[in-house]
Amino acid sequence: MTHTLHTEDLKLAYERAVVIDGLSLRIPAGEITVLIGPNGCGKSTLLRAMARLMKPQSGAVYLDGQAITQLPTKEVAKRLGVLPQGPIAPEGLTVRDLAIQGRYPHQRWLQQWSEEDQRLVEQALAVTGMQPFADRPLETLSGGQRQKAWIAMALAQNTPLLLLDEPTTYLDLAHQIEVLDLLSDLNRVQQRTIVMVLHDLNQACRYAHYLVAMHAGRIVAAGAPEDVMTEEIVQQVFGIACRIVSDPVTGTPLCVPFSRRAVTARS
Amino acid sequence: MNSWLVLRRERPEISLRINLRAVLLLLLLSVSTVVLLILTTSLGEVVLPLGEVWRALVGQDAGPNTLIVYTLRLPRALIAMLVGWALAMAGTILQGLTRNPLAAPDVIGINAGASLAAVTLIVLNSSVPVTYVPLAAFGGAFAAAALSYALSWKGHSSGARLVIVGIGIAAIAQGLVTLVLTSSQIIQVSKAMTWMAGSVYGRSWEHFWPLLAWLCVLLPVALVLSRDLDTLHLGDAIASGLGTRVERQRALLLLVTVGLAAIAVATAGPVAFVGLMAPHIGRRLVGARHGVLLPVSALLGGLIMLLADLVGRLLFAPIEVPCGVITAMIGAPFLLYLLYRSRGV
Repeated sequence: MTHTLHTEDLKLAYERAVVIDGLSLRIPAGEITVLIGPNGCGKSTLLRAMARLMKPQSGAVYLDGQAITQLPTKEVAKRLGVLPQGPIAPEGLTVRDLAIQGRYPHQRWLQQWSEEDQRLVEQALAVTGMQPFADRPLETLSGGQRQKAWIAMALAQNTPLLLLDEPTTYLDLAHQIEVLDLLSDLNRVQQRTIVMVLHDLNQACRYAHYLVAMHAGRIVAAGAPEDVMTEEIVQQVFGIACRIVSDPVTGTPLCVPFSRRAVTARS
Repeated sequence: MNSWLVLRRERPEISLRINLRAVLLLLLLSVSTVVLLILTTSLGEVVLPLGEVWRALVGQDAGPNTLIVYTLRLPRALIAMLVGWALAMAGTILQGLTRNPLAAPDVIGINAGASLAAVTLIVLNSSVPVTYVPLAAFGGAFAAAALSYALSWKGHSSGARLVIVGIGIAAIAQGLVTLVLTSSQIIQVSKAMTWMAGSVYGRSWEHFWPLLAWLCVLLPVALVLSRDLDTLHLGDAIASGLGTRVERQRALLLLVTVGLAAIAVATAGPVAFVGLMAPHIGRRLVGARHGVLLPVSALLGGLIMLLADLVGRLLFAPIEVPCGVITAMIGAPFLLYLLYRSRGV
């Protein structure tokens, strides 16, 4: 069964500061959707709302056609997993214990370690390459390993939908590519629907099937990276001039921004 | 290295993953508790051989030993143990909820609130029978915690805000305690100071039974809620994402914490640092999963209280040092050590 996620006429606000008003978005099932946009454009807020971490002032997020806030939160957690930005693990928690936490929505007090629990936890540790560190406390690991431990938790939750807010922040380039390749594999091999916020436009173009460009709480363009990543749209969304060329490695759009210095040098 | 025992049954469907090291540790701690209980009933101003203790306990002794063992030492030791359990569990839950390793029941104003109510009662109205002091302390603890929770509410609750507001409430209550103390008679002040040090001196069976009854309710509830405490310990966003009903479960857990801390303070006064130390030692021994951490810290807290009371009784016998003074003497350096260690993070 494929699961669907969409928003209708969503209005999101922190106290009285309205961030998003009247936003409708349909997440394509079985694909990778990437949200991009400048700081403060509302992309993280939108992701939080889609993960029911934030209640809309009006409008709604629909999971499989039902308003997400009307569904029992534990039921949602069986279909939709979320990894917020920069989570901090408590002291002393080991990687395996964290991964086991991902099984929470599937467990009860006397059913805490079924064969499926065990299989999925070990699988999550294996896929993320965290098995050698499974018994280490998170605070003894590097930033990249820690992020992979959190992803292992989200994987153990075994949800067809996975929402991630900037999963590559604070990671060096090698770890960024590693994490994104891992998510891409999950999408391809296990057909999971992935929605994530990314800052790097070129990585967004490489990994997204569906690219959503946001500015000031509104969707400026959405579609295949080739259609969205144009010089006009980058100008409109980020307010910078750029040239779009073809990524020499993947053939996807590659955004090369002008800077004041480069422009001066040319003229 | 940990080894695990996996328990699975089809009907009724049960599957558990049991940490063998934790089981072993729980056994060890239980045995230590029993040994210490026996030692406590035998040691003191009058040292009784274990045989005499036994005879007094089973009622074969008609002499003064029955009075010493059964009426004086045993209920006092049991109360010290249960107070330690309650304080340690309260501290464990609070540290998990606030994600703050320095949190303890004192932090959200529970002890200060209890002190204010109890001291006011002791000092201002000496005609009120002493049996009302625990009730006042209990009420004060709940009032302070409720005030902290209400003032830190901002559309939703937050562990961090609760700690900050709680520290404020505690400071105000402490200030009021000082005000009450400085404006009253010296005899009553000394009575109040003794209560505030935290002691199980002179506690007997009539204090034991209500304490036991409360714990019989609160300890199982805490264990049932331990899975939610595990997810809340990862932060609100992660907990919600995993399907925990954050506000409801946090409110329930806080209620359990306040109940545990309040009954402890009502029984023994504000004994310091047990709720801080026990969870830390526990986490070092069995990790951060609360299903095992809660019972392990509880037993550790009981041991700390029993030891503190025993040392306090023996150190300068026949003069007694309140166990709260002893726990503060160990606890203060412990807190400094924790601060020192967390400095680099």
